[in-house]
Amino acid sequence: MANHDGGAAMNFVRRYLIPRLIQYFLVIFLGITAVFFIPRLTPSDPVNRTISQLRSMGSYLDPASMEGFIHDLREMYGLEGTMLEQYGDFWRRVAHGDFGVSFFQFPTPVIDLIGQSLPWTVGLLLTTTCISWTVGNIVGGLAGYFSRKRWSRILEAVAMVIRPLPYYIAAFALLLLLAYVVRWFPISGGTDIGRRATLSWAYVKDVLRHAFLPALSITVLGGTVWFQTMKLIVQNVSAESYVQYAKLGGVKEGRIVSKYVIRNAMLPQITAVGLALGQMFSGALITEIVFSYPGLGTLLYNAVVTGDYNLIMGITTLSIIAITTAILLIDLLYPLFDPRVRYL
Amino acid sequence: MRVLRDIARDYRFALSFCVLCLLLALAITSFFSPYDPTFWGTVPRDLKPSWSHPLGTNSKGQDVFWQATFAVRNSLTIAVIAGLVSRVIAVLVGMIAGYRRGFVDTALMFLTDTFLVIPLFLIMVLLAMLVREKMNLVTLGLLLAAFGWAWDARVIRAQILSLRERDFTQTAVLSGTGTLRLVLEEYMPFATPLVFSTLINNMSWAIGMEMTLAILGLVNMDIPTLGTTLQWAISYQAMLLGYWWWLLTPVVLSVLLFVALYWLSVSVSEYLDPRTRIQRVGAQ
Repeated sequence: MANHDGGAAMNFVRRYLIPRLIQYFLVIFLGITAVFFIPRLTPSDPVNRTISQLRSMGSYLDPASMEGFIHDLREMYGLEGTMLEQYGDFWRRVAHGDFGVSFFQFPTPVIDLIGQSLPWTVGLLLTTTCISWTVGNIVGGLAGYFSRKRWSRILEAVAMVIRPLPYYIAAFALLLLLAYVVRWFPISGGTDIGRRATLSWAYVKDVLRHAFLPALSITVLGGTVWFQTMKLIVQNVSAESYVQYAKLGGVKEGRIVSKYVIRNAMLPQITAVGLALGQMFSGALITEIVFSYPGLGTLLYNAVVTGDYNLIMGITTLSIIAITTAILLIDLLYPLFDPRVRYL
Repeated sequence: MRVLRDIARDYRFALSFCVLCLLLALAITSFFSPYDPTFWGTVPRDLKPSWSHPLGTNSKGQDVFWQATFAVRNSLTIAVIAGLVSRVIAVLVGMIAGYRRGFVDTALMFLTDTFLVIPLFLIMVLLAMLVREKMNLVTLGLLLAAFGWAWDARVIRAQILSLRERDFTQTAVLSGTGTLRLVLEEYMPFATPLVFSTLINNMSWAIGMEMTLAILGLVNMDIPTLGTTLQWAISYQAMLLGYWWWLLTPVVLSVLLFVALYWLSVSVSEYLDPRTRIQRVGAQ
């Protein structure tokens, strides 16, 4: 028995774990290489853009100090030396978490700015992913099993309208409706202006009240996708003969739904979390911009508006690493749920 | 004709088809516009909807209705460019990967998976920032096309993989049909419905992405699209000033467009799937 288990574990490592890890590192490599090359291969590089931007704001530098300024900018953006040297340097900096200093909040290091915004985004994304996945799957499962009931059809019709909306429009529509028309929630921000971070109930309540609308809009959009796919899967699983036999055999309906149908239908949905995460992350960034929520999305917005390349590159690089790692973790947890992968 | 009659029984198809025709008509009206959409101050500012300005005017001194016609036209143009170009990429990648298999398949699918996994939105923002001056309808369409093919390439590859195992492939190969001819003449008819339904979804994605890039100011703000008209309304504080006609026009139009495109794609792909078609059309 022990021998058999050992063999299975070896197989698992060789056929599932190692290819998955190789893929993980290759994706990060490719993603970060793209981030490195995009500004270097496009016709207008950050240095020229920054200078023309300063010129258009009306500042003037004499040629000599302009020369020095250009040199400083090139240094700051890591554009000195040959392409290969720059590339090596870029990786060295990524490894140390050093993305240079922010240009418009000079001289705050980019990593500090990201550090301030990250908890807000992680909190928002984690909560909304968990809630939307759980609720979407349970409701979708029930609606799929009872697909002939009236409430199931109504939910399906509602989903058909919500599903195609992009995050931006859905968030904006909610903002108009609940913050502007009926004024139940604050229009923007993460807390009331000037409120200090304390561990009091009032502070927590304030944070939750501000997070509610952004979270609601991501949850509703994400949840609709889970609802629809789960409903479809469950409809198919319910037609399988083992479910019919269980019914004929007099197994209680509640038990059939929870133990036989939803449990089987759950597996593809776990894999799907990984695939959907990248999109949900992008969606969360956009939603944050709409609600001026103080996370990475709003930081990105400020970086784009002010032309802060180091900050954009930093956000992009870290997001690539964070999202691929999260997906890897989900994939590695998958064998816990699906015995078939455990015993390849 | 039979096909049309059968599919029109689906209320979703009928409804979305009508809405899309209306929006298309709106887009065509833009050719008869009395105003140049890029000019400011052609009409009095901030007027409520009236007979002479059916959707009012905005703070830039433009007629909201005529701006909207241009916005729908330009957004659709971007979507069509992005959709068609990315279809070409998706079909090529999907077919080559599916037919050649082996190393080519592994490499192409790895590239595709990379596109699916990493937050592409951020990479597009980075790229759009650097080519901001050269941004117009065509370049934006091409930019969106370059990032919008991955999922559909996977779908097409799966289809080709299953076609490759069918008997007729063997027959064709053994009777000396060339690879190119086999793929174009035998496989394409099977893949076409798939290409069409993914095209609709991709167009919808492209319109949404254009709106998203517009809030970041990464598109040419002088060209009216659904994204830029909404962005102008937001940046002129139309919400706080209560100019609802200016703000709601792009919102309502885009919601109609997104829902209509989605319903069209769902009804078409359900129709193309024989199992669901039988359920709906019934035994005839």
